[in-house]
Amino acid sequence: MSEHMKLYEVFIRSRRGLDHKHVGSLHAEDPAQALEYARDVYTRRSEGVSIWVVNSSDIVASQEGDCESFYDPLDDKPYRHATHYQLPDEVNNM
Amino acid sequence: MTTEHHEQDLAALEQRFQARIDAEEKIEPKDWMPEKYRQNLIRQISQHAHSEVIGMQPEGNWITRAPSLHRKCILLAKVQDEGGHGLYLYSSAETLGASREEMIEALHAGRAKYASIFNYPALTWADIGAIGWLVDGAAIVNQVSLQRTSYGPYARGMVRICKEESFHQRQGYHIMMTLARGSEEQKAMAQDSLNRFWWPSLMMFGPHDAESAHSAQSMKWKIKRQSNDELRQKFVDQTVKQAEVIGLTIPDPDLQWNEQRGHYDFGEIDWEEFTRVINGDGPCNRQRLAHHVRAHEEGQWVRDAITAHEAKKRQRNDRQAA
Repeated sequence: MSEHMKLYEVFIRSRRGLDHKHVGSLHAEDPAQALEYARDVYTRRSEGVSIWVVNSSDIVASQEGDCESFYDPLDDKPYRHATHYQLPDEVNNM
Repeated sequence: MTTEHHEQDLAALEQRFQARIDAEEKIEPKDWMPEKYRQNLIRQISQHAHSEVIGMQPEGNWITRAPSLHRKCILLAKVQDEGGHGLYLYSSAETLGASREEMIEALHAGRAKYASIFNYPALTWADIGAIGWLVDGAAIVNQVSLQRTSYGPYARGMVRICKEESFHQRQGYHIMMTLARGSEEQKAMAQDSLNRFWWPSLMMFGPHDAESAHSAQSMKWKIKRQSNDELRQKFVDQTVKQAEVIGLTIPDPDLQWNEQRGHYDFGEIDWEEFTRVINGDGPCNRQRLAHHVRAHEEGQWVRDAITAHEAKKRQRNDRQAA
């Protein structure tokens, strides 16, 4: 039956103060069930304090092939990095 | 539930909330929190966001006039960063239930403030150096401290911002250093800019602790981790040396190393000026706000077009599905 159930992506916050992090996915009938399954599968060893489940089909993702149009200026704009500016040693910890 | 029960529940909730904060645990969006904590955060975060966005004006004004293509690229990148920082902060405030529209409306109506420093004009190229070095420098001192604020999304936003901010201060100092090593006129321009931006930069940390309206509660809730005066002292201590190294003089005759305290003593801020500028009567208050209102209104057709385009696309998809 699993092919009829929706796929959900699971995100877990391991500790207060940290971002939710993707840990995997599972099939479930509805969001409530997905949350319970996620609890059963992904948090068996106190991995987290909060779970997000998101319909996989709701995730819009860029592809590595899109790199150029998405991230092209990465390398030719070194002035966006702190290390680009050479300062005297006495104040270089700025 | 009777009122009495309700009050008991509330007291228990507040106790648990404070215990969590005392234990250095972060508060996350879906946690119960006192209404005043929520309001206090929305006020502080939205004003922080407004500061990032309004702060784009004095610098944006210099992009076309920067003295070289390289400096133009740097300044453009910096101003873009500030816009991004505004976004991080607005979305962090949105996790508390405030809408973007409400926040912008509060800014336009004058109910929400932004950092008073941006009500001073950037008159010369050296001012772009002073803004990066001093204004971003002061902001970083504040933001490093806020990385430990009790509200999770705000703390995480600060971590991201601090990482990106590191180049801002260095590029500003680099401008000042270059001018200070240049001709007599260039050095004078750098000194003049330091003279004008020094005191307003110290004002960025807000009133003295004893006079600060929101401080005590904010410290108890660990929204703020260090007091205004502590942060200001930290900024002065680290900046004096930086001025010395490039041969510029901080415009404060009372500035002096205090061996006993292990800190620099410094003169009193002109609090009348502070109050005047905060309350709308600085050199550029009206101009800054009017520009923001105008840009917002002139962008209305873009927002309308996006909505119309979305509606059309949905219609088309629905027709195909039918």
